[in-house]
Amino acid sequence: MPQNEHIELFQKRYGFRMDYQERQRKKKAREHKLQSKMAQKLIGIKGKIFAKKRYSEKVQLKRTIKAHEEKKTRKKEDGKVPEGAMPAYLLDRENTSQAKLLSSMVKQKRKEKAGKWDVPLPKVRAQSEAEVFRVLKTGKSRRKGWKRLVTKVCFVGEGFTRKPPKYERFVRPMALRFKKAHVTHPELKATFCLPIVGVKKNPNSPMYTSLGVITKGTIIEVNVSELGLVTQGGKVVWGKYAQVTNNPENDGCINAILLV
Amino acid sequence: MVSKRKLSESSEKDEIAHVLAQFKSESGELLESPIDLPLNITAENLQLICNAFIEKNDSEPTPYTFFVKDIEVTTNLAAALKNEVLDSEKVLEIIYQPQAVFQVRAVTRCTSSLPGHSEAVISVSFSPDGKQLASGSGDTTVRFWDLNTESPLFTCKGHKHWVLCTAWSPNGQTLASACKTGEIRLWDSATGTQKGKPLVGHKQWVTWLVWEPFHLNPHCRKLASSSKDGDVRIWDVVIGSCLINLAGHQQGVSCIRWGGSGLIYSASQDRTVKVWRSEDGILCRTLQGHAHWVNTLALSTDYVLRTGAFEPAEVGRPQKILSPEEAQSKALDRYKLVQQIGPERLVSGSDDFTLFLWNPESDKKHIARMTGHQQLVNDVKFSPDSRLIASASFDKSIKIWDGRTGTFITTLRGHVQAVYQIAWSADSRLLVSGSADSTLKVWNLKTKKLHLDLPGHGDEVFAVDWSPDSQRVVSGGRDKVLKIWRY
Repeated sequence: MPQNEHIELFQKRYGFRMDYQERQRKKKAREHKLQSKMAQKLIGIKGKIFAKKRYSEKVQLKRTIKAHEEKKTRKKEDGKVPEGAMPAYLLDRENTSQAKLLSSMVKQKRKEKAGKWDVPLPKVRAQSEAEVFRVLKTGKSRRKGWKRLVTKVCFVGEGFTRKPPKYERFVRPMALRFKKAHVTHPELKATFCLPIVGVKKNPNSPMYTSLGVITKGTIIEVNVSELGLVTQGGKVVWGKYAQVTNNPENDGCINAILLV
Repeated sequence: MVSKRKLSESSEKDEIAHVLAQFKSESGELLESPIDLPLNITAENLQLICNAFIEKNDSEPTPYTFFVKDIEVTTNLAAALKNEVLDSEKVLEIIYQPQAVFQVRAVTRCTSSLPGHSEAVISVSFSPDGKQLASGSGDTTVRFWDLNTESPLFTCKGHKHWVLCTAWSPNGQTLASACKTGEIRLWDSATGTQKGKPLVGHKQWVTWLVWEPFHLNPHCRKLASSSKDGDVRIWDVVIGSCLINLAGHQQGVSCIRWGGSGLIYSASQDRTVKVWRSEDGILCRTLQGHAHWVNTLALSTDYVLRTGAFEPAEVGRPQKILSPEEAQSKALDRYKLVQQIGPERLVSGSDDFTLFLWNPESDKKHIARMTGHQQLVNDVKFSPDSRLIASASFDKSIKIWDGRTGTFITTLRGHVQAVYQIAWSADSRLLVSGSADSTLKVWNLKTKKLHLDLPGHGDEVFAVDWSPDSQRVVSGGRDKVLKIWRY
């Protein structure tokens, strides 16, 4: 095996021999003899490798020969009429077949049941309880540790009143309560400040969802009546889901991307 | 005399404003001299005046519709003119349009479902006299049905692939059917047997079949077919061979029409419509303008050419058997009558969501471009009196346009899926449409609203036809059943 390009360099500089093409042709014609010699002589691991390579080559060869033969022979027509009769105006059009429609419907239903949704941030970092809650020590000697202070941003609805302090287990500080989110429309690339309607799902735990804790990856419902979207039936759309894309407790604001 | 007395009575009431008006026909002829009319004159009174002026010898007064400044007079003249500024110096022109004397009753119920085909029904058509019915299906058979008993008559086997289109000869004796392999077969409607040998020549499937108009040749010898391979062939059915092959389109031809003056119009996927002379096969004109495939064509004289010598108004009366020459002259008279309203116009609907209105006999430029649809236009039909154009589209709506100028009139919405085919009733007052949502809808063009919903099919409706005598509507679809609807 040449270790460098001196052969190519020579060919570039001085061209080929007069009989180069002829010799190449003849060498190729003799190749089958070499192959058969190798196949018989090689033993051991080398033989095994060669045999494997040769087998795959033979398979390919047989396939191309069969394809050529099929092209040459003319098959007698079955006389079977295909299904799916369509009028002439539908013939050239790719209509999704009934089967495809049904299967896609079934698949969608299954996805809904499984709860798997197509969201911009499919995976988020898991947040443990130690991260989200901080122990709030209460009592005269500050020994009771059953209360928890939420350290992440949360949303409480309008008309939210705290439980009586004696029974309040989770404390949501007012400073971390947000009512509006900056929502970006993915196609229009415009951002609107829309009021939050509710927290739909927090991927970490359903407890966070019920508390209204908003972390990165949470699905929230926002009021989009400002955007003026209309459904096909003519009704005005006023609520849409959005997924939170930042860590609101670090930034002081909630950034989300609209799920269209 | 009655009308003049009525006029003098109303002129006694002096609070009502008067206007100087003159009747004008559609073609522009003025009727009599201007007369003084009160503004609260009703449409019925206008009809009486018009009938008195025209003084036809027929015993039945012809109903008319009146238009002032392109607004229809429905109740009285004042209502039509309330938004317009009236110039009392000028004479107001009232354009009158004679309507069909007979009125078609809307189909309301499905009288029978005719099973029999083992695959989807792809094309249905009534014979020109409306007494026979034929259907082609995906199971490669053509079936003839008896309309009196609503049961199958003949099953014609012979095609090797789906039967894509069927066409009745204008004398109602032969049916031509074409299949997906490009073969055309002729069937005798009286016995259900094949006439002659199959016409072979096309290399791909046949998209449309059309016969030569009756008034050009009462013996119905010539047939034209268009195919996906881009050819339009003219066949002689007696000899059984291809006379002329009109090759010129670069892509498949989707629709052809044979005009009353012997011109053949072909619409193709190469975005053009070509006009050929049928006698020698010379290309007269190429109508360009569309931006995508041209799907469908309609001629203003379609209904007259289809029915030939049969007059739909004479359905109830006993028919006398006419010789071919008599029938030919009768067909020619009927054709000339429709020509009076306007020259033969062609409308083409395309995948680029628009339609074009052409005057193909004289002009290469279009009269109007009709835009508004949001999906491709699948079917276009002129009303039998050639005053209205209806276009069905995959955007679930049907749009109605003026037949002479192409201006938009209204949109008919109601279907929930693509509208595939439409058919007019013989008096141009009703329209039936079949859609992919498996329903048919009957629309009233007087009120421009939905008249009736006809559900019942189990799957998409592929083909709809209204019989030329307007007694029945037939529809067939993917559920393999033919349904006949009657009043």
